[in-house]
Amino acid sequence: MSLNRRDIENIARLARLALTEQEIPLYVEGLSRIMGLVAELDRADTSQVEPMAHPLPGQRQRLRADAVTETDRHQLYQQNAPQVEAGLYLVPRVIE
Amino acid sequence: MSDLHDKTVTELAAALRARQVSSVELTQALLERVTRHQGALNAFITISAEGALLEAARADARLGANDAGPLTGVPMAHKDLFCTRGEKTTCGSRMLADFVSPYDATVVERLRAAGVVMLGKTNMDEFAMGSSNETSFFGPVKNPWDPARVPGGSSGGSAAAVAARLVPAATGTDTGGSIRQPAALCGVTGLKPTYGRVSRYGMVAFASSLDQAGLITRSAADAALLLGAIAGFDERDSTSVELPVPDYSAALEQPLKGLKIGVLKEFFDTGLDPAIEQHIRAALELLRSQGALIKDVSLPNLPLSVPTYYVVAPAECSSNLARFDGVRYGYRCKKPTDLLDLYLRSRGEGFGAEVKRRIMTGTYVLSAGYYDAFYLKAQRVRQLISNDFERAFHEVDVVIGPTTPTAAFELGAKTADPVTMYLNDIYTIGANLAGLPAISLPCGLTQGLPAALQIIGPHFGEERLLNVAHRYQLETDWHRRAPPGFA
Repeated sequence: MSLNRRDIENIARLARLALTEQEIPLYVEGLSRIMGLVAELDRADTSQVEPMAHPLPGQRQRLRADAVTETDRHQLYQQNAPQVEAGLYLVPRVIE
Repeated sequence: MSDLHDKTVTELAAALRARQVSSVELTQALLERVTRHQGALNAFITISAEGALLEAARADARLGANDAGPLTGVPMAHKDLFCTRGEKTTCGSRMLADFVSPYDATVVERLRAAGVVMLGKTNMDEFAMGSSNETSFFGPVKNPWDPARVPGGSSGGSAAAVAARLVPAATGTDTGGSIRQPAALCGVTGLKPTYGRVSRYGMVAFASSLDQAGLITRSAADAALLLGAIAGFDERDSTSVELPVPDYSAALEQPLKGLKIGVLKEFFDTGLDPAIEQHIRAALELLRSQGALIKDVSLPNLPLSVPTYYVVAPAECSSNLARFDGVRYGYRCKKPTDLLDLYLRSRGEGFGAEVKRRIMTGTYVLSAGYYDAFYLKAQRVRQLISNDFERAFHEVDVVIGPTTPTAAFELGAKTADPVTMYLNDIYTIGANLAGLPAISLPCGLTQGLPAALQIIGPHFGEERLLNVAHRYQLETDWHRRAPPGFA
């Protein structure tokens, strides 16, 4: 299965990844090869099988009570933020 | 005490309790070794000398007050995707190069509580995506057996550090073989527990239906001891399973008489280095001489593991890594013109080539019109593979095969084509897809490089895996061989 330059540009846009001119042909080639590998799955007859939903049979995602369990630690967490002011994350202006 | 660096966790723990050595002495000796070999091996991203010595002093106080547990004062290292409070957690990525963890991962917290001293954070493939440790933003790790060769990945720093006797044990994570494959290529023991056995809280997510935390050690007995410390229910991980933790060490000595071992036919079919096959056949003979019954088993869908994985894992990775937006934490590009530009360039510049390849593969297979054809198809094949294992475990107690098709390859040998690199995990991925526990053990040397066998068991069958591995290690000394120059 072969992908072209437009496919890669479209995927990169959906994935929110800026690619350089030099990177694009590498991903055209790389993803085409990967999808070639993935095409081997067509060999398997899966008409009678449900998609696997959990690696452990009979297990489901556990739910907890809908209660507040976290305390406000925004000051600690914001120490890792690129840009913060008055306890708020700063991003470029969105509304003119 | 001499040769501290060559001692196992079990031996060091006993020496510490007998006060033959102090934790500070031991920590200093190993820190010196870590620092001395850092230039040549690049096994660490962060060396925590100051913190380690403080923890060691605290451990000595506990040992002096007879308040010590079985691991108090033992030094270890953590793969750099476990959050360690107040320390950097980089995931081998530019994206997190300056990220300081606000809290401890559960694995780290439990080992800390047990008195383990953390010497530092080990190098890894970026976001655990790679099989050679060449995708790390901090440069590749070198294999201590031959510095021109890769240590495997993604837990390459942990495996190299344990093999080079820099630390007696290290944590790792395994999504498609990331503990077992580097353990195999570096000649050490690598345990991937059952999905859900060990908490993943504080472990940076790659592919959430596959990721599991585990251990790299120099013996199965050490893996048993450490698994007991990290396993068990954690309400902070929604995939953590509520099952009691058995005494893994107590089960080690159990005789193998009557144990039914399945030899995985598909693993010997193609591409396996004949020298590795010979070592594995010899290991099977040894287990037979201990009373085990050996029979062939066939898992016909297993050859589809790699294509299945390269749909499921990238799909989950594209979703998990969407959180890196350049806003709340992580790398941010210079002078963004608007919000979209901030997202695009922060991610484009912050992630390396392999991570971007996987995010894009995942985005593609999940995109409208392709979801059924790729993602659901892969999840159906995954069920077939899982069913194959389940059928096999009706007939046998464990299955055995190689961990890797070849010994360690040269740096740069497989970087040109992603698929060539991916096929290196052909024998390890099956256990992740089916959520099974598996262990890799050194079982020989081929042209001076370690060869390894893999034992896979049914869900929550860690006791049996460790038991078989331990009995094998009682009769052989491959696991005690050090790379030349590191003895």
